[in-house]
Amino acid sequence: MSEKFDEIKAAKENWQAERSKRKDRDIKFETVSGMQLNDLYTPEDVKNLDYMNDLGFPGEYPFTRGVQHNMYRGRLWTMRQFAGFATAEESNLRYKFLLEKGQTGLSVAFDMPTIMGYDSDHPRSYGEVGRVGVAIDSLADMETLFNGIPLDKVSTSMTTNAPASILWCMYIATGEKQGVSSEKLTGTIQNDILKEYIAQKSWIFPPEPSMRLITNIFEYASKKVPKWNTVSISGYHIREAGSTAVQELAFTLADGFAYVEAGMAAGLDVDDFAPRLSFFFNSHIDFFEEIAKYRAARRIWARRMKEKYGAKNPKSWLLRFHTQTAGCSLTAQQPENNIVRTAYEALAAVLGGTQSLHTNSMDEVLALPTEKAVQIALRTQQIIAYETGAANVIDPLAGSYFVEALTNKMEEEAERYFEEIDRRGGVLAAIDQNFFQQEIADAAYQYQRAIDKKQRIQVGVNEFVDPDENLEIEILTIDPEIERKQVENVRKLRRERNNLVVQDNLDALKKAAQGTENLIPHILECVRSYATEGEIVQTLREVFGEYKEKPTF
Amino acid sequence: MARRIRVLVAKPGLDGHDRGARVIARALRDAGMEVVYTGLHQTPEQIVEAAIQEDVDVVGLSILSGAHMTLFPRVCELLKQNGAEDIMVMGGGTIPEADVKALKEGGWAAELFTPGTTIETIVDWINANVKVD
Amino acid sequence: MLEVSKLIQGDKRTTAKIISLIENEGEGKRELLSKIYPHTGNAHVIGITGSPGAGKSSLTDVLIKQARNNELKVGVIAVDPTSPISGGALLGDRIRMQEHALDKNVFIRSMGTRGCLGGLARATKDVVKVLDAYGCNIIIIETVGVGQSELDIMHYADTTLVVLTPGAGDHIQTIKAGIMEIADIFVINKSDLGNTKKIVTDIEQMLDMSPRYHGKWRPPVVETSTLTGLGIAELWSLMNQHLETSRASGELRVNLRERLKAEVMEMVEENLSKYLWDLFAQNGGIEQVLDDLADRKLDPYTEANRIFQKFFIERGNDNV
Repeated sequence: MSEKFDEIKAAKENWQAERSKRKDRDIKFETVSGMQLNDLYTPEDVKNLDYMNDLGFPGEYPFTRGVQHNMYRGRLWTMRQFAGFATAEESNLRYKFLLEKGQTGLSVAFDMPTIMGYDSDHPRSYGEVGRVGVAIDSLADMETLFNGIPLDKVSTSMTTNAPASILWCMYIATGEKQGVSSEKLTGTIQNDILKEYIAQKSWIFPPEPSMRLITNIFEYASKKVPKWNTVSISGYHIREAGSTAVQELAFTLADGFAYVEAGMAAGLDVDDFAPRLSFFFNSHIDFFEEIAKYRAARRIWARRMKEKYGAKNPKSWLLRFHTQTAGCSLTAQQPENNIVRTAYEALAAVLGGTQSLHTNSMDEVLALPTEKAVQIALRTQQIIAYETGAANVIDPLAGSYFVEALTNKMEEEAERYFEEIDRRGGVLAAIDQNFFQQEIADAAYQYQRAIDKKQRIQVGVNEFVDPDENLEIEILTIDPEIERKQVENVRKLRRERNNLVVQDNLDALKKAAQGTENLIPHILECVRSYATEGEIVQTLREVFGEYKEKPTF
Repeated sequence: MARRIRVLVAKPGLDGHDRGARVIARALRDAGMEVVYTGLHQTPEQIVEAAIQEDVDVVGLSILSGAHMTLFPRVCELLKQNGAEDIMVMGGGTIPEADVKALKEGGWAAELFTPGTTIETIVDWINANVKVD
Repeated sequence: MLEVSKLIQGDKRTTAKIISLIENEGEGKRELLSKIYPHTGNAHVIGITGSPGAGKSSLTDVLIKQARNNELKVGVIAVDPTSPISGGALLGDRIRMQEHALDKNVFIRSMGTRGCLGGLARATKDVVKVLDAYGCNIIIIETVGVGQSELDIMHYADTTLVVLTPGAGDHIQTIKAGIMEIADIFVINKSDLGNTKKIVTDIEQMLDMSPRYHGKWRPPVVETSTLTGLGIAELWSLMNQHLETSRASGELRVNLRERLKAEVMEMVEENLSKYLWDLFAQNGGIEQVLDDLADRKLDPYTEANRIFQKFFIERGNDNV
């Protein structure tokens, strides 16, 4: 095509002369993230694109076109709907039901006290026990959660970050009780503490000791739990906190690089842990921007892992990712419209080559979703998979002048952020300087302002409003009995276990934390003796201290 | 020096969803108000103590955890116990219509803003309801 | 009606309301302060200033803890800049101190600078008195050391801490001279981040070169980490030493007298100014005079003397 550039250029000038006589609508033509767009893309915009170097083939370096050779022709993406239930018993029943239906992967949502490292009877847990997920205080609860479910037969994803090491140890210990050795366990812990400081805000300890816990997990997993995905590096929450697409891309990958560097600094071979790293992205409403984001992410990761970090194992170069549609794009007004939004977002994720997908329910912005809404969300994925034909051809948008130009632009802008982060002394330093937090706060503020001023239209919110709309929402009430019972359980446990052993183990953990050794074996000992999550966290808090947020607006 | 409207923006509960709280805090600042932000994970007791010491006109609670039916009454109760029931309580978050009605009728919230409310609406409401004497 | 007796008894709501009245320059401020004044003079006032990001709020937080361990009642005045565009302010310093919110012996108040020349310093010194009378043994004023008005506040502190970080070592020459000169103690915070040697040496050299410290309190440099607790106990004891030293040397009293002189003069000037404007108003205003000045019919120098003569000297005997 290159020989025709002059011809194209001349023709474009002619077209532009004609085109400029036409009046455009009086709006800004930019992505939802505020990225400026041309009105038309031509071969000129991708003239430097080198097919073999920049795109290559699916399953091959630099993986721009996908991580598997045959992508969805081999296996569709995993339709993984994340859900939480109040108690371990209730969740256990639901898991068994799902397994009977042929599901092989479980996804555990914990309640806020468990996420924040408080036992159910802690004053701060009041009113929050079992509300957004299952309450786990000790190994006893974890045993109940997986009672009758052989852990060598299922893969379990656990959304836990600050106390990930503790809940993971509980899972390993549950396996031991079942006679399943840790080598056989498969699953994922989110374990991405950096994005907690940046966006999600469910932190406990300061960054340095938190990074130590993560590298401890890398090391322990590489030796004892080799099939476990040790971290799911998450951009989802960064986007939900209000970032742009580029920020989501750049900050998430920067976090990923920080974990790689931390692992290497701890003396691990990059190929020993990098293949176990996976990613978790948002899919927002700007269709093409999202697709470009996923494609750029794969390319950047592969290049850095190979060229900068010297990874030799091709599995270390692969950016595998889970996607969730954007909760923050949904509106409380005319909630049925959210089905449509979610469908486009899901399609973008599929065209961007996601490995698994969660579609939000239309009523999630209002309350916990109803059964009906959850079903529609799942059906949306099935329609994309089986009816639209979107899964037939691998990376079907490759070669689009627009999509390729946007993919390049994403990569360039992300690289600019990497330089800025380096200049600031790395991710931890940038967190300390409030850099990410401020960038996101600014983007969130501008987004809200644009909607308020109607520079951006949200259907049903600032345009096409239904003034007579009366929202009838089914309200999910949480039985206070759940909290009372869970509180009683944990108190009973503390009375009945061997408290001398518990104290010895906690003391040993404290001593180890003051030194430099790997803490996982010590946490595992504590867990085995039924020390509670809150007790273990408190022990570590006494050594590590607690993170405090910085004012950012 | 002119009297400034003072607002406490608080984020109770254990979740970290502070995007809305921060956007509002910044918008109120840009509307000329003094905004005290207490950060995440605040208990009603901490919020009320801060409101009293800071002598704010309005307390704004951002609640997305679904715990609004316990948190609003608790904050109002504590304000009353401290003789500070003249401090207005407003809030925002994912609060179903029926709960909005119940909270307002019960006197547990002067005003509640649900998703989709513009910042101007909130600013106007505060300006209209705070007496600048 | 705000009752001073309730303030003295430690009523938080009354205390907070009195502070608002002072901040807003409300009606009856002076009368109120005159009743409060006899109950003041007991608190050790600590000023904390330094560049943004130096960890002032965290330092304040650990000093509150230290004070509470010593069973002292603490007041904190946390100052953040007012937006010059909107006049509003985001006051976020409390975030770092919220764990003390329920301690009945800790009172924290956030203030915006409100951009008014001298206004911040005036309000702050009066708020210090309120917290003093409220029963605080130690009052911490925390402010970003960027503007002159923020620096002025530090004149109302008995002991001023200037907080720097190891990273600031390279820029020590460029740090505002004013901020370096007001320090009674230099705090190198975040020393857990490592290399503090350069900045400590730089400060010591600067102190060596300055004659003003010879034979007097020479500001010590203390390395702290609010994360690990390093140096906090040392800082605490230095703060107390500084207070004792300046009390023993009489400097504390000298400073107090200076402050009071400025304060009284300021109020007298305020009175005079108001008195004068009232007289102008009664005598047909100043508009004609301004026209004559602009037309070069009068000159401002002679006119100033004439006004003073007319309204103070000639009328002085029968009117004042």
